[in-house]
Amino acid sequence: MNNPDKPIDPEREKRKIKSVKRMKDIMTHYYIDAKTTDQTGKKVAWITSGGPVEPLIAMDVIPVYPENHGAMIGAAKMGVDLCEKAEEMGYSSDLCSYARADIACATVNGGPIGGLPRPDMLVCCNNICGTVLKWYEVQARYFKVPLFILDTPFNHTEYTKEAYAYVRAQLNEYIAFLETHCRKQFDFDRLAEVGRLSMAGQRLWQQVLDTAVHRPAPMSAFDAFFHLALIVTLRGTRTVVDYYTELLDEMKTRVATGIAVVPGEKYRLLWDNLPVWFRTRWLSDKFAAHAACLVADTYTSSWCGTLKYLDENDFFGSMAEGYSRVYINIGTDQMAGMVMDMVDKYSADGLVIHSNRSCKPYSLGQYDIQRIVQEKRGIPSLVIEADMTDARNFSESQIDTRIDAFMEVLKS
Amino acid sequence: MITVGIDVGSISAKAALINAGELIGSRVMLTGYNARNAGENIFTGLLDDLGIHRDAVDRIVATGYGRNSVAFAHKAVTEITCHAVGAHFQDPAVRCVIDIGGQDSKAIALDSTGRVKDFAMNDKCAAGTGRFLEVMARALEVDLDAFGKMSLKADRPAAISSLCTVFAESEVISLIARGERRANIIAGIHESIGSRVVAMANRVGITEPVMMAGGVANNIGVVKALEKRSGKTILVSAYAQVNGAIGAALIAAG
Ligand code: SF4
Repeated sequence: MNNPDKPIDPEREKRKIKSVKRMKDIMTHYYIDAKTTDQTGKKVAWITSGGPVEPLIAMDVIPVYPENHGAMIGAAKMGVDLCEKAEEMGYSSDLCSYARADIACATVNGGPIGGLPRPDMLVCCNNICGTVLKWYEVQARYFKVPLFILDTPFNHTEYTKEAYAYVRAQLNEYIAFLETHCRKQFDFDRLAEVGRLSMAGQRLWQQVLDTAVHRPAPMSAFDAFFHLALIVTLRGTRTVVDYYTELLDEMKTRVATGIAVVPGEKYRLLWDNLPVWFRTRWLSDKFAAHAACLVADTYTSSWCGTLKYLDENDFFGSMAEGYSRVYINIGTDQMAGMVMDMVDKYSADGLVIHSNRSCKPYSLGQYDIQRIVQEKRGIPSLVIEADMTDARNFSESQIDTRIDAFMEVLKS
Repeated sequence: MITVGIDVGSISAKAALINAGELIGSRVMLTGYNARNAGENIFTGLLDDLGIHRDAVDRIVATGYGRNSVAFAHKAVTEITCHAVGAHFQDPAVRCVIDIGGQDSKAIALDSTGRVKDFAMNDKCAAGTGRFLEVMARALEVDLDAFGKMSLKADRPAAISSLCTVFAESEVISLIARGERRANIIAGIHESIGSRVVAMANRVGITEPVMMAGGVANNIGVVKALEKRSGKTILVSAYAQVNGAIGAALIAAG
């Protein structure tokens, strides 16, 4: 809404990404659908962000993501209240703030959208962390609903035949689980179609992110954090493909007409780890004030990072590998390798590492990654200690000084 | 050219005046409640000391946590860059600066020109900072200035293991209750700071010569603990506390 007292800054208007509005509409509809299943009779499954969602879509089950909800809670600055509530319930403040916020929210239907719809089943894949196992067990007990766990072994050095066979066998169990709880037969042809759409969506998402290779970048990681919601929540649907096609067009137009997201872009930085949801605006302005643009990040690219392991002609079979080899389920050396590939691809001048109090698996090894990147690429890096939703773990003056000092190093 | 550097820290404010590449004078005072006033007061205080008129000052650079509240400064630069420049001025051979300030500690690796190569800062916690020492001095009812000398009399430094200032304070209180010697407790406190700061500094590499900056450098006990833990010799200049302000004044001179 326009504020009549505040004159519109044409420069700022020009730089705004227009697709944002459509994206918001899509997300609103998605949550309305998910919250009105008593009228449609559809089933709702809660699933972890890196979980195999395509079989749910093929079964007409609406997938709902507590982590996406956690991000919304964070962005709405409601994280602290809910985390405190969870702590009152007896959960440790060391527990991931998404888990704390979700566990607390379920009991009070709080947060920006009045809580998530009640699940009919839960699907948990531990390719992102071990926390989700206990978190989903807690919720399964709370809602008294069945829980399916897909156990994807960690890839310390390489991906093994045994790991493949182990996960592949569980995928069959997953299908049986869905057939039991949806009381209908699984349609593999439908899954093949959903798989094609999922891969098309991932490819488009990668292309959208790739537009930031261009100098000046038409979008930043902060924009990616926002537009990410679709590939996470609606992966495998036509909506994602259509929307990212539109977004990609807009980005290409911005590149062609030279619209930079950070005016006068001088420094290009790579972000590691989840966003600080309650401070994205502050951080984005802070870096922009130094003419620095976060051109890429390791987080949003995780939702298209395993395309090379997926097979359009055998989507179901290839899911085992695709879901096992995601960014935070691999060893530190491989992670460092991927970070360096991104540094090269996006011509990054520096690395900004968010050491996230909540997300231990993502933050473990960051100092090693920092050292490896510094040794092999010779670019400076900065560690920021924060949290994606719990604002009690964010110290503004400390972070302000670190960013200023880091930019002084880059400029000198 | 006359330039002034003003370093408004969380506990104390510092100022230094440089004329034609030479340090003319410096001053330290408590920051107090209002960082804005602190900047002004330390500036006028220093000028009064030196009998220099405000108009004679060509440029001013502010640094420290209150750097953005010094409205009359021409520029704000972080204390990381300022400490590197200051240390390089005091001894061009220096390759690492360890600064323990009121609310944080930092390690800075610099190159032969005084440029920052890399830096590390402690996390949000107060352990390993000047504030930590203040809390402990209060618990022990010892004047903070006496801490350094007292700790040298320790025969068996006590073990303080908690990483949290509040918990460490209760450890100290229970050591007092058990009748542990003050000197040993203080030495233990210094060792706990030493091990925290050295672990952090190792992230950027502790390359000799190492110089210590910040007010805590005046505490010989902490310096000794850092040396013991790192196995390196640590230089402390007479201007350790105003090192950041000196750097700021030099940056102001361009
Ligand atoms: S620990 Fe990390 S990966 Fe696991 S749920 Fe929390 S944020 Fe997600």
